[in-house]
Amino acid sequence: MTRAVVTVIGVDRPGIVAGVSRVLAEHNVNIEDISQTVLRDLFAMVMLVDLSEADVSVKELRRELERVGEELGVDVVVQHEDVYRAMHRV
Amino acid sequence: MGRLDVEEAVETVEMVRRMNLDVRAVTLGVSLLDCASPDPGELRERVVGKLLDVAGDLVEVVEEVEEELGVPIVHKRIAVTPCCLIVAPAARELGEEAALELADALDEAAGEVGVDFIGGYTALVYDGFTTGDEAILDTIPEALERTERLCASVVVADERYGINMEAVKRAAEAVKETAERTDGLGCARLVALANAPENTPFMAGAFHGVGQPDACVNVGISGPGVVRAVIEELGDVDFRTLHDEIKRTAFKITRVGELVGRRVAERLGVEFGAVDLSLAPTPEEGDSVAEILEGIGLESCGCPGSTAALHLLMDAVKKGGAAATSRHGGYSEAFIPVSEDAGMARAAREALTLEKLEAMTAVCSVGIDMVVIPGDTPVETIAGIIADEAAIGVATGKPTAVRIIPAPGKEPGDEFELGGLLGKAPVMDVSDYRPTMFRRRGRVPPKFPR
Repeated sequence: MTRAVVTVIGVDRPGIVAGVSRVLAEHNVNIEDISQTVLRDLFAMVMLVDLSEADVSVKELRRELERVGEELGVDVVVQHEDVYRAMHRV
Repeated sequence: MGRLDVEEAVETVEMVRRMNLDVRAVTLGVSLLDCASPDPGELRERVVGKLLDVAGDLVEVVEEVEEELGVPIVHKRIAVTPCCLIVAPAARELGEEAALELADALDEAAGEVGVDFIGGYTALVYDGFTTGDEAILDTIPEALERTERLCASVVVADERYGINMEAVKRAAEAVKETAERTDGLGCARLVALANAPENTPFMAGAFHGVGQPDACVNVGISGPGVVRAVIEELGDVDFRTLHDEIKRTAFKITRVGELVGRRVAERLGVEFGAVDLSLAPTPEEGDSVAEILEGIGLESCGCPGSTAALHLLMDAVKKGGAAATSRHGGYSEAFIPVSEDAGMARAAREALTLEKLEAMTAVCSVGIDMVVIPGDTPVETIAGIIADEAAIGVATGKPTAVRIIPAPGKEPGDEFELGGLLGKAPVMDVSDYRPTMFRRRGRVPPKFPR
Protein backbone atom coordinates (compact mmCIF):
# COMPACT_ATOMS: atom_id res chain seq x y z
CA MET A 1 0.00 0.00 0.00
CA THR A 2 1.47 3.34 -0.93
CA ARG A 3 -1.39 5.80 -1.17
CA ALA A 4 -4.76 6.08 0.50
CA VAL A 5 -7.75 8.40 0.37
CA VAL A 6 -8.80 9.72 3.77
CA THR A 7 -12.34 11.06 3.80
CA VAL A 8 -13.73 13.08 6.70
CA ILE A 9 -17.43 13.89 6.99
CA GLY A 10 -19.21 15.65 9.85
CA VAL A 11 -20.47 18.83 11.42
CA ASP A 12 -17.95 21.63 10.92
CA ARG A 13 -16.04 22.80 13.99
CA PRO A 14 -12.55 24.11 14.71
CA GLY A 15 -9.78 21.55 14.96
CA ILE A 16 -10.88 18.88 12.50
CA VAL A 17 -8.12 19.42 9.94
CA ALA A 18 -5.57 19.86 12.72
CA GLY A 19 -6.67 16.72 14.54
CA VAL A 20 -6.52 14.50 11.50
CA SER A 21 -3.28 16.01 10.19
CA ARG A 22 -1.57 15.56 13.55
CA VAL A 23 -2.14 11.79 13.47
CA LEU A 24 -0.81 11.65 9.91
CA ALA A 25 2.27 13.67 10.80
CA GLU A 26 2.97 11.59 13.91
CA HIS A 27 3.23 8.51 11.75
CA ASN A 28 5.21 10.12 8.96
CA VAL A 29 2.32 9.95 6.50
CA ASN A 30 2.64 12.64 3.84
CA ILE A 31 -0.39 14.61 2.61
CA GLU A 32 -0.18 14.93 -1.17
CA ASP A 33 -3.50 16.54 -1.90
CA ILE A 34 -6.27 17.98 0.22
CA SER A 35 -9.61 19.55 -0.59
CA GLN A 36 -12.63 20.44 1.44
CA THR A 37 -16.12 21.71 0.92
CA VAL A 38 -19.57 21.84 2.48
CA LEU A 39 -21.88 19.09 1.16
CA ARG A 40 -25.54 19.06 2.20
CA ASP A 41 -24.70 21.19 5.28
CA LEU A 42 -21.89 18.85 6.31
CA PHE A 43 -18.20 19.49 6.38
CA ALA A 44 -16.43 17.17 3.92
CA MET A 45 -12.69 16.86 3.53
CA VAL A 46 -10.69 14.47 1.44
CA MET A 47 -6.94 13.86 1.52
CA LEU A 48 -4.67 11.82 -0.67
CA VAL A 49 -1.90 10.52 1.57
CA ASP A 50 1.34 8.66 0.97
CA LEU A 51 2.11 5.83 3.37
CA SER A 52 5.35 4.60 1.85
CA GLU A 53 7.45 6.10 4.69
CA ALA A 54 4.83 5.55 7.38
CA ASP A 55 5.69 3.76 10.63
CA VAL A 56 2.26 2.08 10.88
CA SER A 57 0.20 -0.25 8.72
CA VAL A 58 -2.93 1.01 7.02
CA LYS A 59 -4.93 -1.06 9.50
CA GLU A 60 -3.37 0.70 12.50
CA LEU A 61 -3.69 4.11 10.85
CA ARG A 62 -7.37 3.47 10.13
CA ARG A 63 -8.06 2.54 13.77
CA GLU A 64 -6.25 5.61 15.05
CA LEU A 65 -7.99 7.99 12.65
CA GLU A 66 -11.35 6.48 13.51
CA ARG A 67 -10.64 7.07 17.18
CA VAL A 68 -9.63 10.69 16.56
CA GLY A 69 -12.74 11.09 14.39
CA GLU A 70 -14.88 9.94 17.30
CA GLU A 71 -13.31 12.56 19.57
CA LEU A 72 -13.94 15.25 16.95
CA GLY A 73 -17.47 14.04 16.20
CA VAL A 74 -16.76 13.26 12.54
CA ASP A 75 -16.60 10.12 10.40
CA VAL A 76 -13.14 9.28 9.12
CA VAL A 77 -12.78 6.61 6.43
CA VAL A 78 -9.52 5.31 4.98
CA GLN A 79 -9.62 3.54 1.64
CA HIS A 80 -6.94 2.51 -0.80
CA GLU A 81 -6.40 5.04 -3.58
CA ASP A 82 -7.26 2.29 -6.08
CA VAL A 83 -10.87 2.04 -4.87
CA TYR A 84 -11.43 5.72 -5.62
CA ARG A 85 -9.61 5.43 -8.91
CA ALA A 86 -11.56 2.32 -9.99
CA MET A 87 -14.89 3.97 -9.31
CA HIS A 88 -14.33 7.46 -10.58
CA ARG A 89 -11.55 7.37 -13.19
CA VAL A 90 -12.05 5.50 -16.45
CA MET B 1 -4.06 10.49 -10.35
CA GLY B 2 -5.65 13.87 -11.01
CA ARG B 3 -6.95 16.02 -8.20
CA LEU B 4 -9.37 14.53 -5.76
CA ASP B 5 -13.00 15.42 -6.04
CA VAL B 6 -14.63 15.70 -2.64
CA GLU B 7 -18.07 14.68 -3.87
CA GLU B 8 -16.72 11.57 -5.53
CA ALA B 9 -14.74 10.56 -2.47
CA VAL B 10 -17.78 11.09 -0.25
CA GLU B 11 -19.92 9.06 -2.65
CA THR B 12 -17.54 6.11 -2.40
CA VAL B 13 -17.51 6.31 1.38
CA GLU B 14 -21.30 6.56 1.63
CA MET B 15 -21.77 3.57 -0.67
CA VAL B 16 -19.79 1.43 1.74
CA ARG B 17 -21.00 2.92 5.01
CA ARG B 18 -24.68 3.64 4.43
CA MET B 19 -25.69 1.62 1.38
CA ASN B 20 -24.14 -1.75 2.14
CA LEU B 21 -21.75 -1.77 -0.79
CA ASP B 22 -19.60 -4.83 -0.45
CA VAL B 23 -18.08 -7.59 -2.47
CA ARG B 24 -20.44 -10.44 -1.80
CA ALA B 25 -18.27 -13.44 -2.57
CA VAL B 26 -14.73 -14.31 -3.48
CA THR B 27 -14.76 -17.89 -4.66
CA LEU B 28 -11.66 -19.89 -5.44
CA GLY B 29 -12.33 -22.49 -8.09
CA VAL B 30 -10.12 -25.57 -7.72
CA SER B 31 -9.83 -28.48 -10.14
CA LEU B 32 -9.95 -31.87 -8.46
CA LEU B 33 -9.51 -33.78 -11.71
CA ASP B 34 -6.06 -34.91 -10.56
CA CYS B 35 -7.48 -36.31 -7.30
CA ALA B 36 -9.69 -39.10 -8.65
CA SER B 37 -8.86 -42.59 -7.43
CA PRO B 38 -10.65 -45.96 -7.30
CA ASP B 39 -9.75 -46.12 -3.59
CA PRO B 40 -12.03 -43.88 -1.43
CA GLY B 41 -9.38 -43.46 1.26
CA GLU B 42 -6.87 -42.27 -1.27
CA LEU B 43 -9.47 -40.02 -2.92
CA ARG B 44 -10.13 -38.38 0.43
CA GLU B 45 -6.45 -37.88 1.14
CA ARG B 46 -5.78 -36.34 -2.27
CA VAL B 47 -8.78 -34.01 -2.11
CA VAL B 48 -8.00 -32.68 1.36
CA GLY B 49 -4.31 -32.37 0.44
CA LYS B 50 -4.96 -30.41 -2.74
CA LEU B 51 -7.49 -28.06 -1.16
CA LEU B 52 -5.23 -27.25 1.78
CA ASP B 53 -2.39 -26.71 -0.64
CA VAL B 54 -4.22 -24.43 -3.12
CA ALA B 55 -6.75 -22.74 -0.82
CA GLY B 56 -4.84 -22.74 2.46
CA ASP B 57 -4.13 -18.99 2.29
CA LEU B 58 -7.46 -17.93 0.79
CA VAL B 59 -9.11 -16.57 3.93
CA GLU B 60 -5.99 -14.75 5.10
CA VAL B 61 -5.41 -13.18 1.67
CA VAL B 62 -9.02 -12.06 1.28
CA GLU B 63 -9.01 -10.50 4.75
CA GLU B 64 -5.75 -8.75 3.96
CA VAL B 65 -7.19 -7.26 0.75
CA GLU B 66 -10.38 -6.24 2.56
CA GLU B 67 -8.36 -4.42 5.20
CA GLU B 68 -6.07 -2.81 2.67
CA LEU B 69 -8.76 -1.49 0.33
CA GLY B 70 -11.29 -0.62 3.00
CA VAL B 71 -14.10 -2.47 1.21
CA PRO B 72 -15.97 -5.27 3.01
CA ILE B 73 -15.83 -8.76 1.48
CA VAL B 74 -18.61 -10.90 2.88
CA HIS B 75 -18.04 -14.52 1.84
CA LYS B 76 -15.02 -16.63 1.07
CA ARG B 77 -15.79 -19.86 -0.72
CA ILE B 78 -14.40 -22.74 -2.71
CA ALA B 79 -15.88 -24.33 -5.82
CA VAL B 80 -14.55 -27.68 -7.03
CA THR B 81 -14.83 -29.86 -10.13
CA PRO B 82 -18.27 -31.52 -10.27
CA CYS B 83 -18.02 -34.45 -7.87
CA CYS B 84 -19.78 -36.80 -10.30
CA LEU B 85 -16.52 -36.79 -12.28
CA ILE B 86 -14.12 -37.09 -9.35
CA VAL B 87 -16.00 -39.87 -7.62
CA ALA B 88 -16.53 -41.96 -10.77
CA PRO B 89 -13.54 -44.35 -10.46
CA ALA B 90 -14.34 -45.12 -6.81
CA ALA B 91 -18.11 -45.18 -7.33
CA ARG B 92 -17.82 -47.93 -9.92
CA GLU B 93 -17.22 -50.46 -7.14
CA LEU B 94 -18.35 -48.66 -4.02
CA GLY B 95 -21.17 -46.31 -5.16
CA GLU B 96 -22.68 -44.34 -2.29
CA GLU B 97 -19.89 -45.13 0.16
CA ALA B 98 -17.36 -43.46 -2.13
CA ALA B 99 -19.56 -40.40 -2.65
CA LEU B 100 -20.09 -39.89 1.07
CA GLU B 101 -16.36 -40.22 1.69
CA LEU B 102 -15.84 -37.43 -0.83
CA ALA B 103 -18.57 -35.29 0.79
CA ASP B 104 -16.85 -35.64 4.17
CA ALA B 105 -13.46 -34.83 2.66
CA LEU B 106 -14.76 -31.60 1.08
CA ASP B 107 -16.47 -30.49 4.28
CA GLU B 108 -13.39 -31.26 6.33
CA ALA B 109 -11.14 -29.29 3.97
CA ALA B 110 -13.58 -26.36 3.89
CA GLY B 111 -13.63 -26.27 7.68
CA GLU B 112 -9.88 -26.39 7.91
CA VAL B 113 -9.39 -23.63 5.33
CA GLY B 114 -12.10 -21.57 7.04
CA VAL B 115 -14.45 -20.88 4.11
CA ASP B 116 -18.22 -20.50 4.54
CA PHE B 117 -19.20 -22.91 1.78
CA ILE B 118 -17.70 -25.39 -0.62
CA GLY B 119 -19.65 -26.06 -3.83
CA GLY B 120 -19.44 -28.82 -6.37
CA TYR B 121 -21.27 -31.83 -4.94
CA THR B 122 -22.75 -31.87 -8.38
CA ALA B 123 -24.41 -34.28 -10.80
CA LEU B 124 -24.28 -33.24 -14.48
CA VAL B 125 -27.33 -35.07 -15.74
CA TYR B 126 -28.89 -32.81 -18.38
CA ASP B 127 -28.40 -35.53 -20.98
CA GLY B 128 -28.23 -38.72 -18.93
CA PHE B 129 -26.75 -40.49 -15.93
CA THR B 130 -23.25 -41.89 -15.35
CA THR B 131 -22.01 -44.04 -12.46
CA GLY B 132 -20.65 -40.92 -10.80
CA ASP B 133 -23.94 -39.02 -11.24
CA GLU B 134 -25.89 -41.89 -9.68
CA ALA B 135 -23.59 -41.95 -6.66
CA ILE B 136 -24.03 -38.21 -6.13
CA LEU B 137 -27.80 -38.15 -6.71
CA ASP B 138 -28.36 -41.07 -4.33
CA THR B 139 -26.40 -39.43 -1.53
CA ILE B 140 -27.31 -35.70 -1.67
CA PRO B 141 -29.71 -35.77 1.31
CA GLU B 142 -27.36 -37.74 3.53
CA ALA B 143 -24.35 -35.71 2.42
CA LEU B 144 -26.14 -32.46 3.27
CA GLU B 145 -27.29 -33.86 6.59
CA ARG B 146 -23.81 -34.88 7.72
CA THR B 147 -21.93 -31.79 6.49
CA GLU B 148 -22.09 -28.11 7.37
CA ARG B 149 -20.52 -26.32 4.44
CA LEU B 150 -21.07 -28.58 1.46
CA CYS B 151 -23.30 -27.32 -1.37
CA ALA B 152 -24.95 -29.68 -3.84
CA SER B 153 -26.36 -29.10 -7.30
CA VAL B 154 -28.11 -31.10 -9.97
CA VAL B 155 -27.82 -29.82 -13.53
CA VAL B 156 -31.07 -31.08 -15.05
CA ALA B 157 -31.26 -29.14 -18.31
CA ASP B 158 -29.19 -27.42 -20.95
CA GLU B 159 -30.32 -25.39 -23.93
CA ARG B 160 -28.26 -27.61 -26.25
CA TYR B 161 -29.66 -30.91 -24.97
CA GLY B 162 -33.08 -30.19 -23.51
CA ILE B 163 -34.50 -31.17 -20.14
CA ASN B 164 -33.81 -34.54 -18.56
CA MET B 165 -37.20 -35.07 -16.94
CA GLU B 166 -36.02 -38.11 -14.99
CA ALA B 167 -33.26 -35.96 -13.51
CA VAL B 168 -35.86 -33.32 -12.66
CA LYS B 169 -37.83 -35.89 -10.71
CA ARG B 170 -34.73 -37.17 -8.92
CA ALA B 171 -33.72 -33.62 -8.01
CA ALA B 172 -37.20 -33.09 -6.56
CA GLU B 173 -36.88 -36.29 -4.54
CA ALA B 174 -33.51 -35.10 -3.23
CA VAL B 175 -35.06 -31.76 -2.20
CA LYS B 176 -37.89 -33.50 -0.37
CA GLU B 177 -35.67 -35.99 1.46
CA THR B 178 -33.13 -33.29 2.34
CA ALA B 179 -35.92 -31.22 3.89
CA GLU B 180 -37.09 -34.17 5.96
CA ARG B 181 -33.59 -35.04 7.16
CA THR B 182 -32.51 -31.47 7.99
CA ASP B 183 -35.74 -29.80 9.08
CA GLY B 184 -35.69 -27.84 5.83
CA LEU B 185 -32.40 -26.06 6.45
CA GLY B 186 -30.27 -28.32 4.21
CA CYS B 187 -32.32 -27.27 1.18
CA ALA B 188 -30.54 -23.89 1.25
CA ARG B 189 -27.46 -25.83 0.10
CA LEU B 190 -29.17 -27.67 -2.75
CA VAL B 191 -30.10 -26.32 -6.16
CA ALA B 192 -31.44 -27.72 -9.43
CA LEU B 193 -29.98 -25.89 -12.43
CA ALA B 194 -30.46 -25.35 -16.14
CA ASN B 195 -27.59 -23.97 -18.26
CA ALA B 196 -25.35 -24.03 -15.21
CA PRO B 197 -22.51 -21.49 -15.46
CA GLU B 198 -19.11 -23.06 -14.80
CA ASN B 199 -17.55 -20.02 -13.19
CA THR B 200 -20.06 -18.51 -10.81
CA PRO B 201 -18.90 -17.46 -7.35
CA PHE B 202 -22.43 -17.77 -5.97
CA MET B 203 -23.76 -20.69 -3.97
CA ALA B 204 -25.38 -23.13 -3.84
CA GLY B 205 -24.76 -23.71 -7.56
CA ALA B 206 -21.03 -22.97 -7.82
CA PHE B 207 -18.76 -25.61 -9.28
CA HIS B 208 -15.45 -25.42 -11.12
CA GLY B 209 -15.99 -26.35 -14.76
CA VAL B 210 -13.72 -28.81 -16.56
CA GLY B 211 -12.62 -26.17 -19.08
CA GLN B 212 -11.34 -23.90 -16.28
CA PRO B 213 -7.67 -23.61 -15.21
CA ASP B 214 -6.33 -25.60 -12.28
CA ALA B 215 -7.35 -22.79 -9.95
CA CYS B 216 -8.91 -19.36 -10.43
CA VAL B 217 -10.68 -16.64 -8.51
CA ASN B 218 -14.23 -15.54 -9.38
CA VAL B 219 -15.88 -12.57 -7.73
CA GLY B 220 -19.52 -11.85 -7.03
CA ILE B 221 -20.49 -8.23 -6.54
CA SER B 222 -23.34 -6.80 -4.56
CA GLY B 223 -24.92 -3.43 -4.11
CA PRO B 224 -28.75 -3.41 -4.16
CA GLY B 225 -28.62 -0.79 -1.41
CA VAL B 226 -26.55 1.54 -3.59
CA VAL B 227 -28.87 1.20 -6.60
CA ARG B 228 -31.90 1.74 -4.40
CA ALA B 229 -30.44 4.93 -2.91
CA VAL B 230 -29.68 6.26 -6.40
CA ILE B 231 -33.25 5.64 -7.57
CA GLU B 232 -34.65 7.27 -4.46
CA GLU B 233 -32.55 10.37 -4.99
CA LEU B 234 -33.53 10.67 -8.66
CA GLY B 235 -37.26 10.97 -8.05
CA ASP B 236 -39.67 10.87 -11.00
CA VAL B 237 -37.22 11.01 -13.90
CA ASP B 238 -38.03 9.37 -17.25
CA PHE B 239 -37.12 5.73 -17.92
CA ARG B 240 -34.09 6.48 -20.01
CA THR B 241 -32.54 8.68 -17.32
CA LEU B 242 -33.34 6.07 -14.70
CA HIS B 243 -31.71 3.35 -16.80
CA ASP B 244 -28.65 5.52 -17.35
CA GLU B 245 -28.14 6.24 -13.67
CA ILE B 246 -28.53 2.56 -12.71
CA LYS B 247 -26.00 1.74 -15.41
CA ARG B 248 -23.48 4.23 -14.02
CA THR B 249 -23.93 2.83 -10.53
CA ALA B 250 -23.50 -0.76 -11.75
CA PHE B 251 -20.30 0.34 -13.45
CA LYS B 252 -18.86 1.72 -10.23
CA ILE B 253 -19.85 -1.31 -8.18
CA THR B 254 -18.41 -3.71 -10.73
CA ARG B 255 -15.12 -1.85 -10.91
CA VAL B 256 -14.66 -2.48 -7.20
CA GLY B 257 -15.34 -6.20 -7.75
CA GLU B 258 -12.81 -6.28 -10.55
CA LEU B 259 -10.22 -4.57 -8.33
CA VAL B 260 -10.75 -7.05 -5.50
CA GLY B 261 -10.64 -10.09 -7.81
CA ARG B 262 -7.44 -8.98 -9.48
CA ARG B 263 -5.72 -8.38 -6.19
CA VAL B 264 -6.79 -11.62 -4.51
CA ALA B 265 -5.82 -13.68 -7.58
CA GLU B 266 -2.43 -12.00 -7.77
CA ARG B 267 -1.67 -12.65 -4.09
CA LEU B 268 -2.76 -16.28 -4.35
CA GLY B 269 -0.76 -16.73 -7.52
CA VAL B 270 -3.73 -18.02 -9.50
CA GLU B 271 -5.67 -16.70 -12.47
CA PHE B 272 -8.41 -14.12 -12.10
CA GLY B 273 -11.53 -15.57 -13.70
CA ALA B 274 -14.73 -13.57 -14.00
CA VAL B 275 -16.87 -11.01 -12.23
CA ASP B 276 -20.47 -12.09 -11.72
CA LEU B 277 -22.42 -8.88 -12.39
CA SER B 278 -25.15 -9.76 -9.96
CA LEU B 279 -27.12 -7.66 -7.55
CA ALA B 280 -27.09 -9.93 -4.53
CA PRO B 281 -29.41 -8.80 -1.74
CA THR B 282 -29.13 -9.49 1.98
CA PRO B 283 -31.80 -9.51 4.68
CA GLU B 284 -30.37 -6.22 5.91
CA GLU B 285 -32.55 -3.13 5.86
CA GLY B 286 -32.35 -1.42 2.47
CA ASP B 287 -30.20 -4.06 0.79
CA SER B 288 -33.11 -5.38 -1.25
CA VAL B 289 -33.77 -5.96 -4.95
CA ALA B 290 -37.54 -5.91 -4.26
CA GLU B 291 -37.17 -2.37 -2.91
CA ILE B 292 -35.32 -1.30 -6.06
CA LEU B 293 -38.23 -2.55 -8.15
CA GLU B 294 -40.66 -0.76 -5.86
CA GLY B 295 -38.51 2.36 -6.24
CA ILE B 296 -38.87 2.10 -10.01
CA GLY B 297 -42.62 2.15 -9.44
CA LEU B 298 -44.51 -0.73 -7.80
CA GLU B 299 -46.83 -0.60 -4.81
CA SER B 300 -45.54 -4.02 -3.78
CA CYS B 301 -43.08 -6.24 -5.61
CA GLY B 302 -45.04 -8.91 -7.46
CA CYS B 303 -47.89 -6.66 -8.58
CA PRO B 304 -48.45 -6.12 -12.35
CA GLY B 305 -45.48 -4.24 -13.80
CA SER B 306 -42.93 -6.19 -11.75
CA THR B 307 -41.55 -8.15 -14.70
CA ALA B 308 -41.07 -4.93 -16.69
CA ALA B 309 -39.34 -3.20 -13.77
CA LEU B 310 -37.02 -6.17 -13.32
CA HIS B 311 -36.22 -6.23 -17.03
CA LEU B 312 -35.23 -2.56 -16.96
CA LEU B 313 -33.08 -3.06 -13.88
CA MET B 314 -31.34 -6.12 -15.32
CA ASP B 315 -30.56 -4.53 -18.63
CA ALA B 316 -29.03 -1.48 -16.96
CA VAL B 317 -26.98 -3.57 -14.53
CA LYS B 318 -25.61 -5.71 -17.35
CA LYS B 319 -24.76 -2.80 -19.63
CA GLY B 320 -23.04 -0.86 -16.86
CA GLY B 321 -21.32 -3.91 -15.44
CA ALA B 322 -20.10 -5.16 -18.81
CA ALA B 323 -18.29 -1.86 -19.37
CA ALA B 324 -16.50 -2.25 -16.05
CA THR B 325 -15.01 -5.72 -16.51
CA SER B 326 -13.84 -7.41 -19.64
CA ARG B 327 -14.77 -10.79 -18.21
CA HIS B 328 -18.22 -11.14 -16.85
CA GLY B 329 -19.34 -14.61 -15.90
CA GLY B 330 -21.53 -16.74 -13.70
CA TYR B 331 -25.15 -15.68 -13.66
CA SER B 332 -24.68 -11.95 -14.11
CA GLU B 333 -28.25 -11.27 -13.07
CA ALA B 334 -30.23 -9.78 -10.23
CA PHE B 335 -30.98 -12.32 -7.57
CA ILE B 336 -34.50 -12.32 -6.24
CA PRO B 337 -34.30 -14.83 -3.41
CA VAL B 338 -37.29 -14.59 -1.13
CA SER B 339 -35.81 -15.34 2.30
CA GLU B 340 -32.49 -13.59 1.73
CA ASP B 341 -34.11 -10.32 0.63
CA ALA B 342 -36.19 -8.70 3.36
CA GLY B 343 -38.21 -6.79 0.74
CA MET B 344 -39.00 -9.98 -1.19
CA ALA B 345 -40.03 -11.73 2.04
CA ARG B 346 -42.38 -8.83 2.85
CA ALA B 347 -43.73 -8.84 -0.72
CA ALA B 348 -44.46 -12.57 -0.35
CA ARG B 349 -46.94 -11.55 2.35
CA GLU B 350 -48.39 -8.92 -0.02
CA ALA B 351 -48.46 -9.03 -3.84
CA LEU B 352 -45.90 -11.71 -4.63
CA THR B 353 -47.11 -15.21 -5.52
CA LEU B 354 -45.05 -18.20 -6.62
CA GLU B 355 -46.51 -17.90 -10.13
CA LYS B 356 -45.57 -14.22 -10.47
CA LEU B 357 -42.12 -15.00 -9.18
CA GLU B 358 -41.75 -17.60 -11.95
CA ALA B 359 -42.84 -15.04 -14.54
CA MET B 360 -40.23 -12.59 -13.23
CA THR B 361 -37.51 -15.21 -13.59
CA ALA B 362 -38.15 -15.24 -17.34
CA VAL B 363 -36.27 -11.92 -17.50
CA CYS B 364 -33.63 -12.61 -14.87
CA SER B 365 -31.82 -15.47 -13.23
CA VAL B 366 -31.57 -17.31 -11.01
CA GLY B 367 -35.08 -18.56 -10.78
CA ILE B 368 -37.15 -19.70 -7.85
CA ASP B 369 -34.64 -19.03 -5.11
CA MET B 370 -34.91 -19.51 -1.36
CA VAL B 371 -38.64 -20.00 -1.52
CA VAL B 372 -40.27 -21.78 1.40
CA ILE B 373 -43.27 -23.98 0.55
CA PRO B 374 -45.45 -26.24 2.71
CA GLY B 375 -43.70 -29.37 3.99
CA ASP B 376 -46.38 -31.66 2.60
CA THR B 377 -45.91 -30.46 -1.00
CA PRO B 378 -45.78 -33.63 -3.15
CA VAL B 379 -42.56 -34.57 -4.97
CA GLU B 380 -44.36 -34.27 -8.35
CA THR B 381 -45.30 -30.67 -7.61
CA ILE B 382 -41.69 -29.79 -6.69
CA ALA B 383 -40.59 -31.56 -9.89
CA GLY B 384 -43.13 -29.49 -11.85
CA ILE B 385 -41.70 -26.26 -10.41
CA ILE B 386 -38.16 -27.37 -11.36
CA ALA B 387 -39.29 -28.42 -14.86
CA ASP B 388 -41.01 -25.07 -15.49
CA GLU B 389 -37.91 -23.17 -14.47
CA ALA B 390 -35.74 -25.48 -16.61
CA ALA B 391 -38.06 -24.81 -19.56
CA ILE B 392 -37.56 -21.07 -19.13
CA GLY B 393 -33.82 -21.70 -19.14
CA VAL B 394 -33.88 -23.87 -22.24
CA ALA B 395 -36.19 -21.49 -24.09
CA THR B 396 -34.23 -18.34 -23.23
CA GLY B 397 -30.69 -19.73 -22.99
CA LYS B 398 -30.27 -18.16 -19.52
CA PRO B 399 -29.10 -19.99 -16.45
CA THR B 400 -32.11 -20.73 -14.26
CA ALA B 401 -32.37 -22.52 -10.95
CA VAL B 402 -34.67 -23.77 -8.25
CA ARG B 403 -33.67 -23.64 -4.61
CA ILE B 404 -36.81 -24.44 -2.71
CA ILE B 405 -37.49 -25.44 0.88
CA PRO B 406 -40.48 -27.68 1.67
CA ALA B 407 -40.42 -26.83 5.37
CA PRO B 408 -41.62 -29.82 7.42
CA GLY B 409 -44.81 -29.14 9.35
CA LYS B 410 -45.25 -25.65 7.91
CA GLU B 411 -48.32 -24.32 6.14
CA PRO B 412 -48.91 -21.29 3.89
CA GLY B 413 -48.52 -18.06 5.83
CA ASP B 414 -46.31 -19.55 8.56
CA GLU B 415 -42.90 -17.95 9.05
CA PHE B 416 -39.76 -19.98 8.46
CA GLU B 417 -36.44 -18.86 9.90
CA LEU B 418 -33.27 -19.94 8.11
CA GLY B 419 -30.88 -17.87 10.18
CA GLY B 420 -28.20 -15.27 9.47
CA LEU B 421 -27.75 -14.10 5.89
CA LEU B 422 -30.15 -16.81 4.71
CA GLY B 423 -32.91 -14.77 6.33
CA LYS B 424 -36.51 -15.75 6.95
CA ALA B 425 -39.61 -15.97 4.78
CA PRO B 426 -43.30 -16.72 4.87
CA VAL B 427 -44.34 -20.12 3.55
CA MET B 428 -45.75 -19.52 0.06
CA ASP B 429 -48.86 -21.12 -1.29
CA VAL B 430 -48.50 -23.84 -3.94
CA SER B 431 -51.21 -25.07 -6.30
CA ASP B 432 -53.17 -28.07 -5.03
CA TYR B 433 -53.33 -29.45 -8.56
CA ARG B 434 -50.33 -31.56 -9.40
CA PRO B 435 -48.53 -32.52 -12.60
CA THR B 436 -48.95 -36.11 -13.78
CA MET B 437 -46.29 -35.93 -16.50
CA PHE B 438 -43.54 -37.49 -14.40
CA ARG B 439 -44.87 -41.00 -15.05
CA ARG B 440 -43.28 -40.57 -18.48
CA ARG B 441 -39.60 -41.31 -19.05
CA GLY B 442 -36.92 -39.51 -21.06
CA ARG B 443 -36.19 -35.92 -22.00
CA VAL B 444 -37.83 -32.82 -23.36
CA PRO B 445 -35.84 -32.05 -26.55
CA PRO B 446 -33.82 -28.84 -26.97
CA LYS B 447 -35.35 -25.74 -28.46
CA PHE B 448 -35.17 -25.26 -32.19
CA PRO B 449 -32.75 -22.35 -32.78
CA ARG B 450 -34.44 -19.09 -33.66
